[in-house]
Amino acid sequence: MRGHRGLVVVLAGLALLALVPPVAGMLNQPFYIDLLRRVMILAIAAVSLDLILGYGGMVSFGHAAYLGIGSYSVAVMAFYGIHSGPLQWLVAIGASALVALAIGSVSIRTSGIYFIMITLAFTQMLYFLGISVDEYGGDDGMGLKRLSQFGNLIDLGDPVAFYYLVLAILVLTLVIVHRLVHSRFGMVIRAAKSNEARTRAIGFSPYAYRLVAFVIAGAICGLAGALYVNHTKYLSPHIMHWTISGDIMFMVILGGMGSTAGPVAGALVLLVLENLLSGWTEHWQIIFGPFLVLVVLFAKRGLAGWLAGGRHG
Amino acid sequence: MNLILITEQVLNGVQFGVMLFLMAAGLTLVFGIMNLVNLAHGSLYMIGAYFATSFYQWSGSFVIGALLALPATLVVGVIVEVVALRTLYDRDHLDQVLATFGLILFFNELVAIVWGRSGLYTSLPEWLSGHVELLPDLRYPLYRLLIIAIGIAVAFLLWYVVTRTRLGMLIRAGASNRAMVAALGINIRLLYTIVFGFGAALAGLAGVMAGPIYAVQPGMGESILIQVFVVIVIGGIGSIRGAMAGALIVGMVDTLGRAFLKPLLALVITPSAAQSAGPALASMLIYLLMAVVLALRPEGLFPERGH
Repeated sequence: MRGHRGLVVVLAGLALLALVPPVAGMLNQPFYIDLLRRVMILAIAAVSLDLILGYGGMVSFGHAAYLGIGSYSVAVMAFYGIHSGPLQWLVAIGASALVALAIGSVSIRTSGIYFIMITLAFTQMLYFLGISVDEYGGDDGMGLKRLSQFGNLIDLGDPVAFYYLVLAILVLTLVIVHRLVHSRFGMVIRAAKSNEARTRAIGFSPYAYRLVAFVIAGAICGLAGALYVNHTKYLSPHIMHWTISGDIMFMVILGGMGSTAGPVAGALVLLVLENLLSGWTEHWQIIFGPFLVLVVLFAKRGLAGWLAGGRHG
Repeated sequence: MNLILITEQVLNGVQFGVMLFLMAAGLTLVFGIMNLVNLAHGSLYMIGAYFATSFYQWSGSFVIGALLALPATLVVGVIVEVVALRTLYDRDHLDQVLATFGLILFFNELVAIVWGRSGLYTSLPEWLSGHVELLPDLRYPLYRLLIIAIGIAVAFLLWYVVTRTRLGMLIRAGASNRAMVAALGINIRLLYTIVFGFGAALAGLAGVMAGPIYAVQPGMGESILIQVFVVIVIGGIGSIRGAMAGALIVGMVDTLGRAFLKPLLALVITPSAAQSAGPALASMLIYLLMAVVLALRPEGLFPERGH
């Protein structure tokens, strides 16, 4: 879609991400491995949101729900002594897909502002559910007893190994989403966004296609949630707070809606900026808030649009 | 469960519903007329509460505090409209949501800088802190009754302004065809600013009244804002009638659910299970209600006509 230039930028970006652990090790700054691992995990969530927001035109203000479902799946299974990583992550993906199916089947019947508010409200419902379930820590959350176990395959306790695993999953997510939006399925999703009536006229039912996209996005984000709880080693219902949904949305906008890799850049800029500002002043949000307003008003095309130099498709 | 307790909780539900209505009325008017989704509406509620509390502490009079807080919130609302929101009217809903999300972060932090993060607490003046004996054995707080009375009065006032005055006529005309209103020589920008200031003052009023009951702290606007979204989605976006009905339904369902769901569940399942399931289910109740309403009527209970 964006030709060679886009691909070169994406590959260069991923190569830089791959270089972070050795460089951080050389500089003796393990903090950066931690920061960029968090960036990449939330980037996976943002890429999945971009599938429905950027390509499908579905403004979901509740994407944090699936981060939460993924996190809870892993932490609750660990709570009951099930530590098998593959099993935990499969459940995280499956449960997120099911929740996305339930939320999506009601929400996608509506459109526009209703859709925004409903996805927000459902996520808030899950957030309050998380807060009120005392078995799993309620408002305070609970520690993850043991990281997801993958036998001899990989040890998530090793920060560098975990980092590369997240990077690999990020690349895989990018490939899947890219293939998806350029497939026949993706064409229908994009067609329904640009003109629903014509999409119907040529014989497609947008509802079913949208719902499937919504479920796929939820499932991918659920995997990000499973990664996130292993990253923080702590389960907190606040991962489902509506401001997290807002943050993920901003990563997509900042990176550029409807560009597969844009949200990765968006996540990077947003989280690094957040990190710099909060290190500088306790009241960083007084700068961050207006920055977000300015991004919306003046930089709608996002970083991807700016890097690619021109607007296509 | 006796009748006294039920009556008391029903009154609490009405009181909460009235507060939700004050918020929902402004939000739904701004949406119906300017086609603007304003997440920062909750910030105006928060600012109203802060103004009222500090003016009250400064002047020593609750009434003077409330009377100063309302115009102050209105002014803040007008400034926000002129500086930031005016540019958003022509943008799509996504832009509006994101930009007003940024405004929320700004306002929460601003309040934390000015008043501190820990929150303010006020007690009611003596003449408001008493109880009224409504029925034998039913003593209800005077202040909550006052909230209900003011809320109902405001609802009538709003109904009168919207249906019986020239300003209301312009508001309704602006909602159904803004280009035509502008072509007839009405200053539509001024009308928008007035409506927005009006909505801000209503949110401020809700905040003023909330001050002595709930904690006044940064971020207090957001939890009520999302409940207000549920209200206007249930009622039908853009409709004042819908906002009233939705607010009372949500206020009632939420309050009664929190009060009675646990004992009711305990009749069906084991008390220990009810102990944990009750509060969880109660906090989800209004969202489940919203899902049911939307499944049956995607446009809400009282969809706005004329679009």
